[in-house]
Amino acid sequence: MDAPPPDGLTRPPLRLFPTAGAAQVNQPIPFGTRGPADHAGTDLSDVMHQVAQGDKRAFSVLYDALAPLVFGIVVKVVRDRAQSEEVAQEVMIDLWRQAARYRSEAGAVTAWAATIAHRRAVDRVRSAQAAADREHAQAAREHTTAFDEVTEQVETRLESEQVRRCLRGLTELQRQAVTLAYYRGLTYREVAEALRTPLPTIKTRMRDGLIRLRDCMGVTT
Amino acid sequence: MKHHATDAHTLVAAYALGALDDAERKDFDAHLRACEACRQEAAEFQATTARLAAAVAQPPPAAAKAQVMAAIDEVRQLPPRIPAPSAAPVLGGILRRRAVPLALAASVAAAALGGVAIRQTQNGQDLEQQARQAQQQLDAVSAVLAAPDARTVHGKTANGALTTVVSSEQQNKAAFTAANLPAPGSGKTYQLWLDHDGTMRPAGLIDHDGTVLLTGNPADAGAVGLTLEPAGGSPQPTTDPLLLMTLPA
Repeated sequence: MDAPPPDGLTRPPLRLFPTAGAAQVNQPIPFGTRGPADHAGTDLSDVMHQVAQGDKRAFSVLYDALAPLVFGIVVKVVRDRAQSEEVAQEVMIDLWRQAARYRSEAGAVTAWAATIAHRRAVDRVRSAQAAADREHAQAAREHTTAFDEVTEQVETRLESEQVRRCLRGLTELQRQAVTLAYYRGLTYREVAEALRTPLPTIKTRMRDGLIRLRDCMGVTT
Repeated sequence: MKHHATDAHTLVAAYALGALDDAERKDFDAHLRACEACRQEAAEFQATTARLAAAVAQPPPAAAKAQVMAAIDEVRQLPPRIPAPSAAPVLGGILRRRAVPLALAASVAAAALGGVAIRQTQNGQDLEQQARQAQQQLDAVSAVLAAPDARTVHGKTANGALTTVVSSEQQNKAAFTAANLPAPGSGKTYQLWLDHDGTMRPAGLIDHDGTVLLTGNPADAGAVGLTLEPAGGSPQPTTDPLLLMTLPA
């Protein structure tokens, strides 16, 4: 190690070069750059406080964090893209309107936003369905054939890899009950009809299916 | 009743999945307000379904953001919800059971809830904390009113407000209620005092009708006083008392 250089000339001692301006390798990624996958929602809850006080800059941050989550679930339920864009915008405006009603002890910001988005999407689908009530049961039956496609359409990002794995861990009936309700916007009565399964069984499968998903995903509140 | 409770419980999952119709959802929301265990389970299930939503996340069209940002300029934000919808009947029930005159019951309950409501509409630094504090205060006030040794004194301030102090020696707490309290004026507040053998100790601020819990040690105090002070309060009274109510020994 300390052997003299082969040419016998002395050299300046080794030293570290200053790395100012260069990216450090092991820099931790700050919170808030993980996008909608940051379901812990710790940082977003602070943003929500500012939004609740009418802070538009904070809302811009909130929009970037939540819009993909909101748009994604709305498209999933509503299907029609133009309508989905409209509903998703209504949801984002609603998040602004209702910001002061968010309570962090009742859950993460993402869960709050997903609930509002899903509800709006379902309202849109059901009011359209109400107009075509006669075809309703038939439409619900068609959903069953579409259900396999539901789980297959699930995207392949890190977050959804886990969701996909957890969905695979459900029984067939649990998975159908959960996905028809959540990704298709069916009521549990419609799910029961579509799957030709008694109502109490569907309620129970939704419940034990969600319990299994919850435990598989390690969800805590 | 039992059947209904069991039935409601099996609906938690359907609720979190958005699989109830409108009427059922409203019923279930009402059920949730009364069922702490269901709220906990619903929160966990909603966190779970939020993961189902996150799994299908996709970016909205880029133009949407500008439209939303422009739209919110015209949208009024809602005030926070009053955190204790169940507080009024509870408070009323306690007061009636204790056979406190109905007028007092009504005024204390209304004032307590009014106070909470007013505090809730302020867009303060930490609404959530305010909500918690309001709830805690309401709980503490209820506890004083329900205490077996609660004593009540009525008074009237020099500027015409009707006041009531309910104190409990066991709990070493006292609640003060004011009705028809004139606005203190800008830069001013009403301040409560506890009289300890002629020494006035600060016992809290009140600037509108409502109920507050006195801070300090009411068990050792002989009287409750009220003065008008600069906003933020003073260490000692700087004006003549508007009220001095002798506490029951």
